Amino acid sequence: MRLKILITALALTAGSAFAADEAEKGEYIAQLGDCAACHTAPGGAPFAGGLAIASPFGDIYTTNITPDPQYGIGDYTLEEFDRAVRRGVRKDGANLYPAMPYTSYAKVSDANMAALYAYFMKAVAPVHKPAPASDLRFPFNIRFGMEGWDIVNRPEVGFTPPYDDAQLNRGAYVVEGLGHCGACHSPRNLMQAQEGYTAASDRFLTGGTLGVWPVPDLRGPESAPQRWSDAELVEYLTTGRNAYTAATGEMALVVERSMQHATEADMAAIVAYLKHIGLPAAASDKAAATGAGRSDDTTAMLTAAKPDMPEGARLYLDNCGACHTVSGQGAPRVFPNLVGNSLVLSDNPGGFIEVILKGAMMPSTRRAPAALAMPGFGDRLSDDDVAALASFIRSAWTNDAGKIEAEAVKKIREQL
Amino acid sequence: MARTQKKVDAVIVGLGWVGSVMAMELTAAGLDVVALERGPDRKTVPTFAYPKIADELRYAVRYELMQRPADSTVTIRHNTGQTALPYRRLGSFLPGTGVGGAGAHWNGLLWRPNAEELRLKSWIDERFGADIIPDDMTIQDFGVDYDELEPYFDRFEKIVGVSGKAGNLNGAIMDGGNPFEAPRASDYPMPPLEQTYDAVLFAKAARNLGYHPFPKPAANASQVYTNPYGMQLGPCNYCGFCERFGCLNYSKSSPQTCVLDALYQRPNFEYRTNATVLKVELAPDGKTATGVTYADAKGEEVFQPADLVILAAFQLNNVHLMLLSGIGPPYDPATGAGAVGRNYAYQMTGATSLFFKNIDFNPFVGAGANGVAFADLALSQMDFAKNGFIGGGYQSSQQTNGQPIHHLPLPEGTPAWGAGWKKAVGEHYGHSMDIVLQSTNMPYRDAYLDLDPTYRDPFGRPLLRMTFDWRPNELKQAQFFKEKAAEFGREMGADASTSFYPDGHYDTRVYQSTHTVGGAIMGTDRQTSAINRYLQSWDVHNVFAPGANAFPQNFEYNPTGMIGALTLWAARAIREDYLANPRPLM
Repeated sequence: MRLKILITALALTAGSAFAADEAEKGEYIAQLGDCAACHTAPGGAPFAGGLAIASPFGDIYTTNITPDPQYGIGDYTLEEFDRAVRRGVRKDGANLYPAMPYTSYAKVSDANMAALYAYFMKAVAPVHKPAPASDLRFPFNIRFGMEGWDIVNRPEVGFTPPYDDAQLNRGAYVVEGLGHCGACHSPRNLMQAQEGYTAASDRFLTGGTLGVWPVPDLRGPESAPQRWSDAELVEYLTTGRNAYTAATGEMALVVERSMQHATEADMAAIVAYLKHIGLPAAASDKAAATGAGRSDDTTAMLTAAKPDMPEGARLYLDNCGACHTVSGQGAPRVFPNLVGNSLVLSDNPGGFIEVILKGAMMPSTRRAPAALAMPGFGDRLSDDDVAALASFIRSAWTNDAGKIEAEAVKKIREQL
Repeated sequence: MARTQKKVDAVIVGLGWVGSVMAMELTAAGLDVVALERGPDRKTVPTFAYPKIADELRYAVRYELMQRPADSTVTIRHNTGQTALPYRRLGSFLPGTGVGGAGAHWNGLLWRPNAEELRLKSWIDERFGADIIPDDMTIQDFGVDYDELEPYFDRFEKIVGVSGKAGNLNGAIMDGGNPFEAPRASDYPMPPLEQTYDAVLFAKAARNLGYHPFPKPAANASQVYTNPYGMQLGPCNYCGFCERFGCLNYSKSSPQTCVLDALYQRPNFEYRTNATVLKVELAPDGKTATGVTYADAKGEEVFQPADLVILAAFQLNNVHLMLLSGIGPPYDPATGAGAVGRNYAYQMTGATSLFFKNIDFNPFVGAGANGVAFADLALSQMDFAKNGFIGGGYQSSQQTNGQPIHHLPLPEGTPAWGAGWKKAVGEHYGHSMDIVLQSTNMPYRDAYLDLDPTYRDPFGRPLLRMTFDWRPNELKQAQFFKEKAAEFGREMGADASTSFYPDGHYDTRVYQSTHTVGGAIMGTDRQTSAINRYLQSWDVHNVFAPGANAFPQNFEYNPTGMIGALTLWAARAIREDYLANPRPLM
């Protein structure tokens, strides 16, 4: 509401209702593109940058993209702005690091670029403060090195609708382009380039890693988009929770800042597209190590609570059972289900261990405002405890994933 | 010289149930709202996070979530002939502080008063004749009827999320509910909680004695629940850390679980913690308030200008602020003139513990509002002439926790220390169940609140002074119910018992109830009430004071349901009538 007032006020001074309209459209583009996810630091002014993005080559700090002429992008023309967003080239000609997903934004339409530009110039408050400089190791701190990277990895600007279906095409535009889902959900090659930029590549959106976190596959038969109903998928993306699980970590921010704002039509398009690009081959799919057919004696053991039960089970009862319950299934939309949970069962247990140590919080959205949180247990449980607990959960009920060693917990703890 | 903040449309004093729900209503009407909370910020995580919160010593014995008497307290005396002394150690009642207020540390019993209790004076006059009321008993009508409030009770129950069973659905008596309750438009939002074994035994005995037992209405979630604000509750796990604690499990309804995250999303809402409101500032003509002055965390004075002031603090603090700010004439018990401070009342409570050598009750399995009650002896069912007192109550089983430091009942006659005590603890822990009483407290001409002439708080303000004692009417009532509880002991074949029912002067050292009420009561006559039927000050029309301070006397049921309904009722009057034309609504 306030934003609209601000936009109107700015537009009136500019004497153009068109500008206000454009800026309002641009606000939505900025939301779908989730610019704030990286360019707004926790507790910082909107779009003033300063968020550290860890990369294998060092920390990259996001830049100030408010319309401040000195420290932001206030002196960018539309053409210069476009070149930065879709080509990854700064006003001064230097190349941006590909932490900026210009390889995805390359698909954004001219009209959307113009609206986005109007939004940043007219409706975002300028912040007269520099963002910290990035801190990459040699030789990665030499930006002209990026030119070679770009020649090899950068897709062409423009979006060719791949389908005969308007909804699927819209979905592809949002997921592959503006929403840059592939930036996290696709694997990366040795050059840290995203593998595949469209569904034509069978590596695209098949999962990746982000720091110590596994990023789930979105295409395999056992992946969430292929298993869940349309409604469950919409609920997850717009509220950060559904009957099975809850968004946490980066995805919670994606939901809060971006996905919850998607129009109903765009959300339907995203879901239709994700359903459409499912892959039959399950070779790479490790999400659901659920050992179908295994008998579940865990619930009975936890209910009986005999003192001689294994240590992991005892730790579970003492720390987790109050919410996740003896069945491991928690309660829909409030306490995530641990049985068949992709974060719990991933080959890369970093995210699971981090949640146990540090806790987790659901996003606060318009449809589901409660920022339900799990406290961290890192100050209470030793590395051995966490390893025993996590190993228990990964093998309890019908879960069937491997043991976790204390050494792995120690490593995650050191990175917190 | 106080610093001045940017003016807002409405300032709310206190961010508990009243403050948070009122803020939702006023921000929805488009107002810019600032809430000032004297205590710290509190969130489920980290403040109530498991396992830190499950600490009996810290929270239930040392009262971590409560008001510190060194910062803020009252003075108390039994009668006008005494010099009041400060309530230096929390005992009989426990005012909360911090975001969530008492709504964070309560048990979660969410009742509605009976229809008769809202027009008590009229009802007694009609039914028994005015002569039955003793001369010094100042019973009044609330000025608002049950039928008018029903939609607001209904709405508040849906916001809070209550587990229970209707007894009277639009006039139809429902099996298993409270058949004596006033008609409700809809059933409780959730089915009743599971019952502990003591409740099963109690219900059986109650039926044998001719009563109609039903599960107590519990703001403890029996299942997952999403309220009209989109806020969510998770199912209660009966951990037994409800009263005096914040809920670690998103299961006990509180401003945190039911309102605040939704409120924090509103761009026209702001709250400041560690902001103690010192005074409501009035315009030179005294007819409107211009805002409030508060002390921030550093003790610096800040003026917050506002067009509307909502007093949403604990009952005692609302009255204190009105007296300190000159909002309405203070009450004088000698002449009966003035209304601010008039009709302070409390809650007559009691408890009987029954001991059974051969039963394991597993007392550590419990929930704040767990248990079964019967309302056959509610005020509306009583014959005052026959009983010899005006009042009523409900009795119930109540297994809320097995915390051994502050709740370790032992049979009467057990040594209070040493080897005998130790042996008794070993024998009896886990083998007792409680029958608790909660009953009415009538108001009296010289039971009131005013400013203390001697003692001051750290800001130099006079403390609030409470003049209160039990009267023969209430003491007789307590003995009546003590005998009813003893009948249960005989019916159930208890091996031994112990009980606590007031039988003399009001003892401030023993916890009894935090249901302090009155002092700025509502009504339709400005001579005998401080606020009108819309909870608006008669004298300063842009000040509203919804809360337990509005109760002219105390009914037997827990106050939160009524407080919530009055908040929504006042909010409707503000939104639909007052804002368009600010003026006295009566």
